[in-house]
Amino acid sequence: MGMTMTQKILAAHAGLPEVTAGQLIEAKLDLVLGNDITSPVAIDEFEKCGADSVFDRGRIALVMDHFTPNKDIKSAQQCLRTRTFAHRYDITNFFDVGRMGIEHALLPEQGLVGPGDCIIGADSHTCTYGALGAFSTGVGSTDMAAGMITGKAWFKVPSAIRVVLTGKPKKWVGGKDVILHLIGQIGVDGALYRSLEFTGEGLKSLGMADRLTIANMAIEAGAKNGIFPVDEITEEYVEGRFQRKPVVYTADEDAEYDETITIDLSALRPVVAFPHLPSNTKTIDEAKGVKIDQSVIGSCTNGRIEDMRAAAEVLRGRKVADGVRCIVIPATQQVYLDCIREGLAEVFVEAGAVFSTPTCGPCLGGHMGVLAQGERAVSTTNRNFVGRMGHVDSEVYLAGPAVAAASAVTGCLTDPADLEGRN
Amino acid sequence: MNAHGKVHRYGDNVDTDVIIPARYLNTSSHAELAAHCMEDIDRDFVKKVKPGDIIVAGRNFGCGSSREHAPIAIKASGVSCVIACSFARIFFRNSINIGLPILECADAAQAIADGDEVEVDFDTGAIKDVTNGKTYRAQPYPPFLQNIIAKGGLLNSIVK
Ligand code: SF4
Repeated sequence: MGMTMTQKILAAHAGLPEVTAGQLIEAKLDLVLGNDITSPVAIDEFEKCGADSVFDRGRIALVMDHFTPNKDIKSAQQCLRTRTFAHRYDITNFFDVGRMGIEHALLPEQGLVGPGDCIIGADSHTCTYGALGAFSTGVGSTDMAAGMITGKAWFKVPSAIRVVLTGKPKKWVGGKDVILHLIGQIGVDGALYRSLEFTGEGLKSLGMADRLTIANMAIEAGAKNGIFPVDEITEEYVEGRFQRKPVVYTADEDAEYDETITIDLSALRPVVAFPHLPSNTKTIDEAKGVKIDQSVIGSCTNGRIEDMRAAAEVLRGRKVADGVRCIVIPATQQVYLDCIREGLAEVFVEAGAVFSTPTCGPCLGGHMGVLAQGERAVSTTNRNFVGRMGHVDSEVYLAGPAVAAASAVTGCLTDPADLEGRN
Repeated sequence: MNAHGKVHRYGDNVDTDVIIPARYLNTSSHAELAAHCMEDIDRDFVKKVKPGDIIVAGRNFGCGSSREHAPIAIKASGVSCVIACSFARIFFRNSINIGLPILECADAAQAIADGDEVEVDFDTGAIKDVTNGKTYRAQPYPPFLQNIIAKGGLLNSIVK
């Protein structure tokens, strides 16, 4: 029987000629990731069990991104603990303030992850790197600790849902709309324990930024991973960037899928997910008019330069509405620098938006834009659970960068197309 | 191994943000995490919960972030077991890895009422609602996972 793309990568890393769905395997890891929240817990476990070395100091990445620059004394202590560990074991890829970026934007950008890799990260959005044709999945801190010690992790081989993309998206429709649409269709546990494998000629019109956004939110459908085939767009992205040699795996023609879902990209409208589940989706046409207090543009989902450009295109020459706070957060130092060089930083500040150093910040209600009781935000992040961005009685509406920017201009959920031709 | 306690019942898609809100993730102290367990879904949970109590929930329990703080908070609050129709996969992994017993059993999860007294036998997967005498059976773990649980968590199982 044929294997899916995910199964092929897992088989290769388990040293097996073949694996089948449901099989429990132990696989070698190409990279183990942790952040300022999950690493301290992993380090506790690491030390508790008496470990005194890591499997490979070049294959661990520690990124200080959630509560940094430290928002309070406790988060400072957490970073200190991780920093001390990183120095003690001479971890090559330790990203502290000034070098950091949001982990899932940073790792692909820095070429630490690439085609054919098998990666775990103590962060649920580790599934992002599937965009590059890697198997990557989120785990907890104990798995991270075990991974740092042994360079291995246990997995149950997943079955897969095939998502066939056709057509070409219209203007103002991007990766975020594709994945929100899919989650709206299958639900937040629609892909539970399974892979989402994306395929189809529609891929040709989805750049790497769109793919990273789509793979990023595979977890919001409950999936173990989301994965894209390696094509010219992937090759162009990893060329001169990926620090190891790409290995290309392709799904067998006779691979078995639990189901196939087809999405016609040309028929999609910008999508908004209403509180309090990412599956609670409506098109912008149904969503228009909901009043907002804050607009957040950033995160590992939509904090790349392409997202910044989309937001700037809408905000250029316009002003953020009175009574709305617009917070723009490029995901990495490189994106931040590109925003400055391309004049986008100026566009944001002139529009009356905040332009922040890279951080997860408000995405998880950490800092830099926490919501008060009864407040409502439109946000390019990936979760809109109860209390996610602050007060338990606040609300988050998920959308792409153009919708978030257009909504900041009018003060209510807005189709960016409606702003065209007016100021 | 057994569990015995009163049931606290919740619905579908109980996410890690309501189990332990991110505003408390600037600590990894088990006691501090337990003090805020379930705070954004049930403010009285920490006042009501007694050692040995059991959480029963619907589909996709523990969805959302990979924070191990979530099963740690539940375990440290004294809960002896979580029974649900299904679990989000990272939460499932984390619970096994830290030694919080969790059982997937849709029949039990749908039928058991809030406040019922329930008894669980982990070796057989037998679940008994002592309040009304009804019994259910959960899927036992595969041997691979049983080994991790028997050794008291993942790290104990890899360290010689
Ligand atoms: S930006 Fe949000 S979702 Fe992404 S890693 Fe940070 S907290 Fe998690």
